Amino acid sequence: MTPELLEDGAKRLAEYKAKHNVTEDIAQSGGQAASFARVVQPNIVDVSAGGILYVDEITVSFDGFRALNKLSLDVRVGELRCIIGPNGAGKTTMMDVITGKTKPDSGKAFFGSNIDLLRLRESEIAERGIGRKFQKPTVFEQLSVFENLELAAKTDRRVRHTIFAKLTPSELDQLHATMKLIHLAGDGARVAGTLSHGQKQWLEIGMLLMQNPKLLLLDEPVAGMTDEETERTAELFLSLEGKHSLVVVEHDMKFIGELVNGGQREKKKIVTVLHEGSVLAEGSLADVQSNERVIEVYLGR
Amino acid sequence: MLLTPDIIGAMKRFKHLLLISFFASMPQFNWAITADVVKAITTGENDDRINALTKAVGTPDDALARLIDAMIDDAVKIADGRAFIVRNGKAIDAVTGVEVALPSNAEDIVNNNRVRSELDNAKAALSLLSPNESAREAAIKALKDNADETKLPLIDKALAKETNAELKAKLQQLRAAMLVASSDKAKRLEAIAALAGSGEPGVKSLLQERLQPSAESDPEVRAALASAIKAIDGKLVWGERLGVIFSGASLGSILLLVALGLAITYGLMGVINMAHGELMMIGAYTTYVVQNLFRQHLPSAFDFYIIASIPIAFAVSALVGAALERTVIRWLYGRPLETLLATWGISLMLIQLMRSTFGAQNVPVENPSWLSGGFPIMSNLILPYNRIAIIGFAFFVLLLVYLLINKTRLGLFVRGVTQNRTMASCMGVNTARIDTYAFALGAGIAGLAGCALSQVGNVGPDLGQSYIVDSFMVVVLGGVGQLAGTVYAALGLGVLNKFLEGWTGAVLAKIIVLVFIVIFIQRRPQGIFALKGRSAEA
Amino acid sequence: MSTTATLTTTATPSALFDNRVRIGLAVALAIVFAVVPFLPDFYVTLLGKIMCFAICALAMDLIWGYTGILSLGHGLFFALGGYAMGMYLMRQIGRDGVYKSDLPDFMVFLDWKQLPWHWTGSEYFLWTMILVVALPGVLAFVFGYFAFRSRIKGVYFSIITQALTFAAMLLFFRNETGFGGNNGFTDFKRILDIPIATPSMRISLCVITGLVLIAFYLIARYIVQSKYGRVLQAIRDAESRVLFTGYNTLWYKLSIWTISAMMCGVAGALYVPQVGIINPGEMSPAASIEIAIWAAVGGRATLIGPILGAFFVNGAKSWFTVAFPEYWLYFLGALFIAVTLFLPQGIIGLLRKLRGLRNGAKA
Repeated sequence: MTPELLEDGAKRLAEYKAKHNVTEDIAQSGGQAASFARVVQPNIVDVSAGGILYVDEITVSFDGFRALNKLSLDVRVGELRCIIGPNGAGKTTMMDVITGKTKPDSGKAFFGSNIDLLRLRESEIAERGIGRKFQKPTVFEQLSVFENLELAAKTDRRVRHTIFAKLTPSELDQLHATMKLIHLAGDGARVAGTLSHGQKQWLEIGMLLMQNPKLLLLDEPVAGMTDEETERTAELFLSLEGKHSLVVVEHDMKFIGELVNGGQREKKKIVTVLHEGSVLAEGSLADVQSNERVIEVYLGR
Repeated sequence: MLLTPDIIGAMKRFKHLLLISFFASMPQFNWAITADVVKAITTGENDDRINALTKAVGTPDDALARLIDAMIDDAVKIADGRAFIVRNGKAIDAVTGVEVALPSNAEDIVNNNRVRSELDNAKAALSLLSPNESAREAAIKALKDNADETKLPLIDKALAKETNAELKAKLQQLRAAMLVASSDKAKRLEAIAALAGSGEPGVKSLLQERLQPSAESDPEVRAALASAIKAIDGKLVWGERLGVIFSGASLGSILLLVALGLAITYGLMGVINMAHGELMMIGAYTTYVVQNLFRQHLPSAFDFYIIASIPIAFAVSALVGAALERTVIRWLYGRPLETLLATWGISLMLIQLMRSTFGAQNVPVENPSWLSGGFPIMSNLILPYNRIAIIGFAFFVLLLVYLLINKTRLGLFVRGVTQNRTMASCMGVNTARIDTYAFALGAGIAGLAGCALSQVGNVGPDLGQSYIVDSFMVVVLGGVGQLAGTVYAALGLGVLNKFLEGWTGAVLAKIIVLVFIVIFIQRRPQGIFALKGRSAEA
Repeated sequence: MSTTATLTTTATPSALFDNRVRIGLAVALAIVFAVVPFLPDFYVTLLGKIMCFAICALAMDLIWGYTGILSLGHGLFFALGGYAMGMYLMRQIGRDGVYKSDLPDFMVFLDWKQLPWHWTGSEYFLWTMILVVALPGVLAFVFGYFAFRSRIKGVYFSIITQALTFAAMLLFFRNETGFGGNNGFTDFKRILDIPIATPSMRISLCVITGLVLIAFYLIARYIVQSKYGRVLQAIRDAESRVLFTGYNTLWYKLSIWTISAMMCGVAGALYVPQVGIINPGEMSPAASIEIAIWAAVGGRATLIGPILGAFFVNGAKSWFTVAFPEYWLYFLGALFIAVTLFLPQGIIGLLRKLRGLRNGAKA
């Protein structure tokens, strides 16, 4: 039980008491108040078991072609997971399934231990805390950088709120900070469509950060970036590690190397290799790189 | 073959035999009509004359036939109770047929409408005994509408002589129809039993007429009538069902023709062509022009103008399509909504062009003689030749399109370009030219559809507008890029529409079909034959 | 400091009333109140009519220009508003019709003995006002809910809306539907018990239409300047990004679609008493697609553009149909092509480009 969870529990207990007007301890055992720490709230991801994403035997087929074949994947809280694999290995389809875009033929996908991803729509999944970056940078081309980030900010996203919404000072601060983080601090009024490819990639990452997601799925985040930009991006991701969980799909082995070997964490990071819709190998980068089958299908070519 | 004298002789004998049998089949009347009968028919009160006429028809002979013909032609004069037939200035005695001098006091006889219609009836009754089969058939048809008991003897006579089984059956029915109104209850019942075997809408309405309380009061007969009507209904219902299926197939084949062009421009190329209907209209007008040219310059080959207009309609529409692609549509690839608006603009201009050239009214396009008329399947089901031809034509075009797309190099290029433009152009395919060809092909097929439509519907400036919604529905329903889907959707919609039409009326049927499509697309936005795929685009 | 400068300018986007809007509003109000009363009859009616169309173009712009959804069925919503008003106007005829009956003439002609159920309450002006917005609103909501829920978009959506208005047109052509069949409603005599065919009534209706247009312009301006409006534009640019950001785009699309339909309904209701007739022709697919071209000619995703477009196209139409009726369709058709090929931003885009060129020349 981590300190955050204990804090959460105490907060929930206080909320419960305030709501139900109880003053005494409502449940006791051996003179101690029963814990509220493990109360699972339906819309808030429960990570007390230590895992943030469980993908179990997912199968997706398109007209007989199996894009995913009993794919299983576990991601721990705070982990930075790299996924590599040749074209057509099912990386993008996997992200489609996790973010609700594609419904699988069979299998299970859970966010934390309580949120069934297969029952939710894209927007609901995003609301629960999974952010996704597309392969092709996707930003709102005709809005300004500022407006792009403003729309991504984590607030009430229902229609009736947005009609009367005003930016709060704290949101403004967050926006400001994010713009700095993605190196677009001076470009707030620029129309997003006029940004360079790499800048769009960053803007999209910035929008993800504004969402403040618990899990980030990043589909080839450094495609089209210069070496310098790639390096900065790796730094950015490493700084997120621990606070967020990240799943990075990449082709660029140099970038993967930077991600795996950088950062403060002592523990070796796991790299997953996908091939033909299922996991071919999983382990440290060195293990994976020396795996004969991996060399055969991917690295050796 | 060598003609030996023996054989020639045998043939001569055979010919002789044939001649004899031919004459034997002529109505041979044994006794001549009497002067009294002629007098009764030609003079006196109208009622009495009609009575005499009907009575005389019961015992027909040549002289009577001659007299009736002459009376119909107003060529009979009377003098002193004798009747004379006056033709070409010569008079003959109506009784004997001998040429005589016309008495100076001879007067025309006056036949009012009632007498005239009786005369026509009598003539028809007499031709029941004609040696000519089709004349007999026509006579039966004519008598059917005013059958009454008086002509019974004649029909019995004709029945005895009739050799053609089909005509015999018809005569039986005619006889029954006359007897239904008989004053004798047993005869009525017998007649109703005979009529119950019929499968004709006319007989059904006859029986229904008899079922009126004023016509029939006997409960037993009424029950027999009701059950006979039921039996006929049972037979008619099949004709009706087949009729619905046929007209559905016909509408479906038209939709198929319209949609086939769209399947290429919209389905394969992704171009929303709102002017597709107007390209059809151009095909139809081309047919009209070709028809006029044939009428003027090749009247002898008029029947074949439609054959000539098929390739011409294709070519004209394809050329217009190619011009549109080169000037407008080319610049709008990948912007479907803009394409929609621009092609709508094109359609407006084409409509106005036709209005200015040919006038706002519909122009007449005639069926060639071999496409008019129909093929009778059942008493209440006639399949018009033009519609049969269009069904065949639609499938012929479908086959051509299928072969063109799947078996030729052009088709391969079209598929390649539409699936991956950059890749195809890297492989050395001239994508711009392929686009033009493909669009022209789609437009040409629209022209073919217009050519076919000119044979069943009106040709006017608004021709295209009335099909555009339907045809887009077909493509959307069938699924984009799917020829098979287009076929199923077109035929399915056609049959569904006609089936509903019989049930709810044309307008409601159309509305129901549209609502059905809207709901269907909600359930399956990709159409019947959806290609699922990874979302490449995020 | 450049950062904070951009932050403040973009954080509070140009206010609802900036100087240009204030001047524009003053001019518009001046025209409505000071010029309209002195116009000849013909021009009062024409102006009123075009302002109704301008409302439609504005509504179309909200759904197409800002949200990227091209509707080919807005004529239906316009006509529904018009029919709701028409029912009231038919009841106002009272016993002054040809048959001197309490029922509208066409019902007497069809030998109906009483009003059909859907005419209940049509004699009350207030109920009519509710129907004018509720009918198009409810239809748009129900249709849009199913369409947007199944993610129908782009051209598919356009074609389905076209089929919808086509089906409705067929339905209204039927006498049994109870809306006068082919002929629709006409020969109105009174509105709110005041004779309708007087110059002062014409002027009043025209002024009211002008005020409604101005009000709708301001509402639309508020909408597109709010965060809601930016979400709509984001949906237009990259809907999947909006979804994965956590917005349920269904409700955004549905709400603006319904608002747009209701605006069209109001336009239809203002249109009918001014032109004195409503018939199913208003629901023809051609009528709906014309609304789209007004918006496109003026300039999509600007608010003043569609209004200009409606004035330009309809002004041209009334001139052509008098001077060269033969060439009107050529002109309209060419307009469709020219705008899509050469002027994707419409008149406003052209003006901006010209101004940009001039400024560039100066600099």
